Amino acid sequence: MSEDVVARIEANPKYHDLVHKRNSFGYILSVLMIIAYYGYILLIAFNKEWLAGKLGAGMVTSIGIPLGVGVIIFTIILTNIYVRRANTEFDDMNAEILREANKR
Amino acid sequence: MSSQSIRNIFGLTLGLLATGGVLAAGADLGNTTKQATNWVAIAMFVAFVLVTLGITRWAAMKTKTAADFYTAGGGITGFQNGLAIAGDYMSAASFLGISGLVFANGFDGLIFSIGWLVGWPVITFLMAERLRNLGKFTFADITSYRLDQRQVRTIAAIGSLTVVVFYLIAQMVGAGQLIKLLFGLEYWIAVVIVGVLMVIYVTFGGMIATTWVQIIKACLLLGGGTLVMLLAFSQFGFSLEKLASQAVANSKKGLALMAPGAFLSDPVTAVSLSLGLMFGTAGLPHILMRFFTVPNAKEARKSVFIATLCVGFFFTVVAIMGLSAITIVGTNPQYFEGGTLGGKLIGGNNMPAMHLAHAVGGNLMLGFLSAVAFATILAVVSGLALAGASAISHDLYANVIRRGQATEAEEVRVSKSSSLVLGVVAVLLGIAFEKQNVAFMVGLAFGVAASCNFPVLILSMYWKGLTTRGAIWGSIAGLVSAVLIVVLSKAVWVTVLGNEKPLFPYEQPAIFSMPIAFFAAWLGSVMDGSVRATKEKEAFEDQYVRAQTGFGAAGAAAH
Repeated sequence: MSEDVVARIEANPKYHDLVHKRNSFGYILSVLMIIAYYGYILLIAFNKEWLAGKLGAGMVTSIGIPLGVGVIIFTIILTNIYVRRANTEFDDMNAEILREANKR
Repeated sequence: MSSQSIRNIFGLTLGLLATGGVLAAGADLGNTTKQATNWVAIAMFVAFVLVTLGITRWAAMKTKTAADFYTAGGGITGFQNGLAIAGDYMSAASFLGISGLVFANGFDGLIFSIGWLVGWPVITFLMAERLRNLGKFTFADITSYRLDQRQVRTIAAIGSLTVVVFYLIAQMVGAGQLIKLLFGLEYWIAVVIVGVLMVIYVTFGGMIATTWVQIIKACLLLGGGTLVMLLAFSQFGFSLEKLASQAVANSKKGLALMAPGAFLSDPVTAVSLSLGLMFGTAGLPHILMRFFTVPNAKEARKSVFIATLCVGFFFTVVAIMGLSAITIVGTNPQYFEGGTLGGKLIGGNNMPAMHLAHAVGGNLMLGFLSAVAFATILAVVSGLALAGASAISHDLYANVIRRGQATEAEEVRVSKSSSLVLGVVAVLLGIAFEKQNVAFMVGLAFGVAASCNFPVLILSMYWKGLTTRGAIWGSIAGLVSAVLIVVLSKAVWVTVLGNEKPLFPYEQPAIFSMPIAFFAAWLGSVMDGSVRATKEKEAFEDQYVRAQTGFGAAGAAAH
């Protein structure tokens, strides 16, 4: 019985559409996160001078500090973007797929 | 700075970040002096304990089934679970350790705040919904979904228990040192109190009690930290530039405070540490377990977002506290031993946050923050104990020994006895390790989580070709290589065992042990030509559909 449902889900093109959309969205965001974080770590490892540069004339705050806070904020924003889309668009698609599979 | 001392700082810092191991981490932190008994702190802590024991009583009445015990019946909301995850993750040591690091080194402290956060998006994007849709009580439910139950669960339980035990010991030692310092209690008394309360929460209240202890602790820590930060920041007119310029003027390091120091000068260590933090987070059994407490994937995603928000905010607050302390604490002789400015800070290098609380809010604020630190340790160890007990009862007992034939009541009974045993072991080892350097234990816990648990977990969700043999080979290779690297590196070989020179030059295992684990899992799988392996690969499609859609997922109980 439950194998039938799984088979019906797999036969539904909407399912493949959902999987494709959600997976590629997740991969893109993961890659962005990895670039931002490891980019920052590699900057620290290889280009300390630039990060230590001052934010403006007469200021002591270095470029690295707002950039670091930026990575934290970027992390939070990225997570929010994913959760919003997954919890609305993707979950609606998912609910529809499950409804159609259980109907017959 | 020599490369030796850089490695020292690494071991130390990882210790600071992850555990209460802070105070036992470095040579100069090892022996904290017992302070005068702090009655305000004790009164506030007693109030916290009474409230949480009340909650445990209530939770015990609601805990009827195995699902209630392990996962609060899946009835926790996304928002509640997000706070609980944050409560599970933000340790007293990350709070005291990072503010201490920023106080001493400025910019370098910030780097670690970031590392501590970046594992969360990976969990959100790649794992959250699959975890929730496939898992029931432990992450081994997922790795063993289409593979050999007994073999895969055995190795997953070994991985989980390794992480839990090392993490617990480090927490216990840190708790003893911290409480001795903040409350003026004897070391062993502090360790016993933590152990007894942990066992009470977990055995009587299960996941419901553990969750609420973590939620309350998260609110207290976020609230208390924010209040101290705001009071301190107001002295600089809430201007970051003013805060920074005064910190630079008042620090021995001067402008170097604002620049990256020697922390990440070696790229191999830098990347390895980052990998370990990022993927270790995604392999911690007590964090993974929290995904099964919510009713569905939607709530699971919501909870990781709330957790990310809390943890990100928290580390920003901690960094500002550390910077403010440079001026507010660093220029006040009453916080230095013998009143010598720039000398040794009273209580050691991890005390700036506590002194700052005293400076901006007097004894009341200091007592409050001390109580919060104690509560924080309790919440973290309870989560660990529950995860360890589940690995023993759900994986080893119910599925390996009893081959799935144990009744729910038997399983829960074994789980409760296991948490009692874990509590006793943690207390004994915590006392035994009082004078030891335990900083390496956290590195080891994260290394094993990233190399033994994470690779097989992610492959089981994403790679059709994974077979039982591959999962076993991958887990063993990751476990052995991570442990070997840590043991042969300076942290254990030299610092703990007293040898002259380390046999392995790097202390952070992840950059080596993770690829080894992935390779072994791949090799074991492609060389597995058995009939069973063919069936396991065929079963992937079914698992994949369920992982994606949540069809057939363990439901939620109404609470």
